[in-house]
Amino acid sequence: MVTNERKLYLQKRRKTKILVATTQILILIAFLGIWEWMANKEIIDSFITSQPSRIWQTLTNLGANDLIKHIQVTAYETIVGFLLGTTLGIVVAIILWWSNFLAKVADPYLVVLNSLPKVALGPIIIIWVGSGTQAIIVMAIAISLIVTILENLNGFLRTDENLIKMAKTFKATKLQILTKIILPANISTFISSLKVNIGLSLVGVISGEFLVSKAGLGYLIVYGGQVFKLDLVMTSVLILGILAGIMYGVVVLIEKFILNSKKFK
Amino acid sequence: MEKILEVKNINKTYQTPKGEIKAIENINFSIQNGEFVSIIGPSGCGKSTLLSIISGLEEKTSGEIFIQGKKVEGISSEIGYMLQKDCLLEWRTIWSNVMLGLELKGIKTQESKDYVENLLKKYHLYEFKDKYPQELSGGMRQRVALIRTLAIKPKILLLDEAFSALDYQTRIMVTNDIYEILRKENITALIVTHDISEAISMSDRVIVLTKRPGTIKNIYKIEFEEEEKNPITCRESPKFSEYFNTLWKELGVDGNK
Repeated sequence: MVTNERKLYLQKRRKTKILVATTQILILIAFLGIWEWMANKEIIDSFITSQPSRIWQTLTNLGANDLIKHIQVTAYETIVGFLLGTTLGIVVAIILWWSNFLAKVADPYLVVLNSLPKVALGPIIIIWVGSGTQAIIVMAIAISLIVTILENLNGFLRTDENLIKMAKTFKATKLQILTKIILPANISTFISSLKVNIGLSLVGVISGEFLVSKAGLGYLIVYGGQVFKLDLVMTSVLILGILAGIMYGVVVLIEKFILNSKKFK
Repeated sequence: MEKILEVKNINKTYQTPKGEIKAIENINFSIQNGEFVSIIGPSGCGKSTLLSIISGLEEKTSGEIFIQGKKVEGISSEIGYMLQKDCLLEWRTIWSNVMLGLELKGIKTQESKDYVENLLKKYHLYEFKDKYPQELSGGMRQRVALIRTLAIKPKILLLDEAFSALDYQTRIMVTNDIYEILRKENITALIVTHDISEAISMSDRVIVLTKRPGTIKNIYKIEFEEEEKNPITCRESPKFSEYFNTLWKELGVDGNK
């Protein structure tokens, strides 16, 4: 039996949901509409601001600017940087958890490296690993690595002491405590660093592409800016936004998968 | 009756950057097989430290511990330990949780599996074996934690404020449950608690510690006339309040100093 109040409550909830969604869409349409209209009426200079219809043209005319190739390059660099940065970060976090001594030694270095803007390392990275894809990947790693280490180490160290004590009463070895208590207890930390890192890797890749590259969305943005092709710049930014959204979505899917499969034993 | 646990001249001093802290001093006592003994004392008197030392989790500064006449160093497999919280691993099923001890010790055999399965059946948890801890009530979780400990077949069980995280009613029920299980399995129990009534209702003897550095102030024998004593029925006995008052005073004098 559904009571009247319940019905009303559900109706109200649905109404709010629909209202929020329509407002969101309306804002977008209004924004694009006004932009397009002002550009057509020459109230704003579409040479500087571009306009939705021209962005759409650039977008549909993928071949002309090799857009697909550029998207692939950026996606590849981001994914490789993301995977390497996250894996390395977690491995280092495990090592530092294992050795209290190393953690203490590393602490001030980590703090300084964490607050250092990694983009400043750009020129050094280029000189060391050469310009090109590898420099951009290293940049992506540099940006996500330290945060991953700090966040995961922090999670490991904050694991409920009682769980560790309990394991010790059963004579657990350090490796057993790591694999059976620390790691499974920190799945949520792990997932949150995945979410943060996908964004950070993109930042690393784009700023890397700004500095050196012959391909990628970052390159396209810089190039478009230099030759005043604002259509290209805007389109690239739009694609970048979509790319970031898709990658985040994939991480959310991975999260769901992990959370479901954790009930396997 | 044979002595199952003997504690001789245990001392513990903590080293801190600010100096030395004497936690416990010259503790001597022994426990007979099958006996239930409680340790009470003002907070910070080192009663939990003493338990940790007996379990082997913590180093002692000096002294000796004997189990069934054999001197032990480190964590003994004759000892089971229950902490304040049930410490069930939320990501494991009940079955996988109760098997944890055997898994960590690397002694998961068909025989031990059968034994654990029997324990679960005996204490009405078998039908929940594929559930997760968050689906169980506080009292059931505590029973699961107990079975996890019993799975390694300890002779002595140490309980460190094991029920203090539970609400009052659940706590009385769980205390009773665990008491009956331990008596049935013929396990010796050493209980640390700050709750005087819990100490009286569960034990045959109560050891009272002084405040830090903890030393043994007195040992009381708890005896009820009732043949079939259990932690709930003994609370109704007039002797219960007598014991309560005695122990209350014993702790109170120290507290008021």
